[in-house]
Amino acid sequence: MSVDAEADTEARPGGRHAQPPGSEGAMMRRAGDWARRAPLLPALIFMIIVTQLPFVVTIIVSFMDWNAYYPDERGFAGISNFRRVITDANTRHAIWVTILLTAGVVLLSLVLGLLIALLLDRKFRGRGAVRTMMITPFLIVPVAAALLWKHALYNPSYGLFNGVLKWIFGDNAPQPDWISNQPLWSIIFALVWQWTPFMMLILLAGLQSRPLDVIEAAGIDGANQWEIFRYMTLPHLRQYLELSALLGSIYVVQNFDAVFTITSGGLGTANLPYTIYQTFYTAHDYGRASAAGVIVVIGTILIATFALRSVSTLFREETSK
Amino acid sequence: MSSQVTIVTGRKNRGGGFVLSGVAWIVGILFVLPVVWMLLTSFHSEENAAKNPPDIAAPLTLDGYRSFFDSGPWPSIANSLTASILSTALVILLAFPAAYALSIRPVKKWTDVLFFFLSTKMLPVVAGLLPIYLFAQSVGFLDNIWLLIILYTSMNLPIAVWMLRSFLSEVPVEILEAASVDGASLTRTLRSVVAPVVTPGIASAALICFIFSWNELLFARVLTGTVAQTAPVFLTGFVTSQGLFLAKVCAASIVVSLPVLIAGFAAQDKLVQGLSLGAVK
Repeated sequence: MSVDAEADTEARPGGRHAQPPGSEGAMMRRAGDWARRAPLLPALIFMIIVTQLPFVVTIIVSFMDWNAYYPDERGFAGISNFRRVITDANTRHAIWVTILLTAGVVLLSLVLGLLIALLLDRKFRGRGAVRTMMITPFLIVPVAAALLWKHALYNPSYGLFNGVLKWIFGDNAPQPDWISNQPLWSIIFALVWQWTPFMMLILLAGLQSRPLDVIEAAGIDGANQWEIFRYMTLPHLRQYLELSALLGSIYVVQNFDAVFTITSGGLGTANLPYTIYQTFYTAHDYGRASAAGVIVVIGTILIATFALRSVSTLFREETSK
Repeated sequence: MSSQVTIVTGRKNRGGGFVLSGVAWIVGILFVLPVVWMLLTSFHSEENAAKNPPDIAAPLTLDGYRSFFDSGPWPSIANSLTASILSTALVILLAFPAAYALSIRPVKKWTDVLFFFLSTKMLPVVAGLLPIYLFAQSVGFLDNIWLLIILYTSMNLPIAVWMLRSFLSEVPVEILEAASVDGASLTRTLRSVVAPVVTPGIASAALICFIFSWNELLFARVLTGTVAQTAPVFLTGFVTSQGLFLAKVCAASIVVSLPVLIAGFAAQDKLVQGLSLGAVK
């Protein structure tokens, strides 16, 4: 029916009579478009309501004086919340901690994950067992993992680390208080332990998708191990490295569990999620927490734009295949 | 032929290969050691668990588990199960048709929609926490498990959409054309033609959504109280008690991690697919 109508339009290009059947065709097309969109809409609308609307409210509250302890003083605050957040030394420190924590955890676990993936990309006895052992840390609930590191490993009087020191050096062994001495590194190590398996799994899958015949040919042509790794394996792995770094960053930048459990944000380890949580949950300063939230979102958008650009090139390569 | 392969994959040197395998074993043991230590400590008495240097051969006991289960963990475990299972079901229900509209019969600007979903994962959760809290407070929705179910659904929906899209784009178009020639409706096409092909993808997505919901702490801590408390929140409240608690905490951590450990071990390949948003198959 619609095909006929369009043919009709084409037959009389300039004619006024072409108008009604033409618009009918457009209507049909529009109906078709909506039929295509229909399955998408529930998910899209759900996401907009649950994730985008709250941010609009956050922006509004960020311009307000609003502390739950002083309900009478609620009102318009202009940009004073933002000024307080930006000039606050704690917030600036929290930004720095967030960057250190994320970069430290992602880079260390990426390098370790790559090395271990290379080790596991060979056939040897018990390879499946080693792989299973490797992924165990990732399957421990993050709060439980943080509790494990804090109490069973780092604890100065009965933790495993100091226990091992006593085994090796006897009763005069040094018994450092790991968390007090290196609070940020304590958190970073616990998180690297959890995230290395994640990086390793993705990179191992990347290694195993290498085109073996090409690598074989390179070997026959006299390329050595290092050349094969540098010029063939690494370029092939690039997209897997980018993907695991991006996904790892998404999760680690938002880390709350480890900071909350291991140091409770003390000893200069409060990252942005923890600081905002505290401003809102303990200090009940809603205006200021929202302003900090808005600043974090702006920062994330700036960084994510670069990250998404790299993913979308990757993605275009995939779809053009 | 086999000798070429050995040259290429670096197994020509038997001694070197042996060393590398040994290193792999050591690294694997180092990574699993903290968990083994946690398991062992959970079976020790509190006095033995707090010994320094540690007493590995101390007699085993179930006291840690007994005092964990005596502290009433079942409501929080039931809440965690409810929130994880229902939100996962909701995610799949919403994500599957969406992924269909983004791959098999793609709508216009479908890449933009796909990146919109991913971008919501990058927005920090904390920035939306306050409005959600205020909203829940004003409508009396605080400490309600359904609030967590909805939030966990939004948290995992982008992951599932990306994964399922990646699986659906591998469904051969010929099958779909045949179905539409036979006059099958959209629902019927989805159910009887597409679903069987992407069942593995759905399983991966469901596994990863379950794990992330089960693990979640921040929302659960801020938005629930005594009624809708989840297992991770229960765990954090477990340490405040005075005196020795290491064995008890280890037992609690093992029990709370058990569902994720079992699911993850049983489906290691699904785990990789899920973690990489379906990019790795």
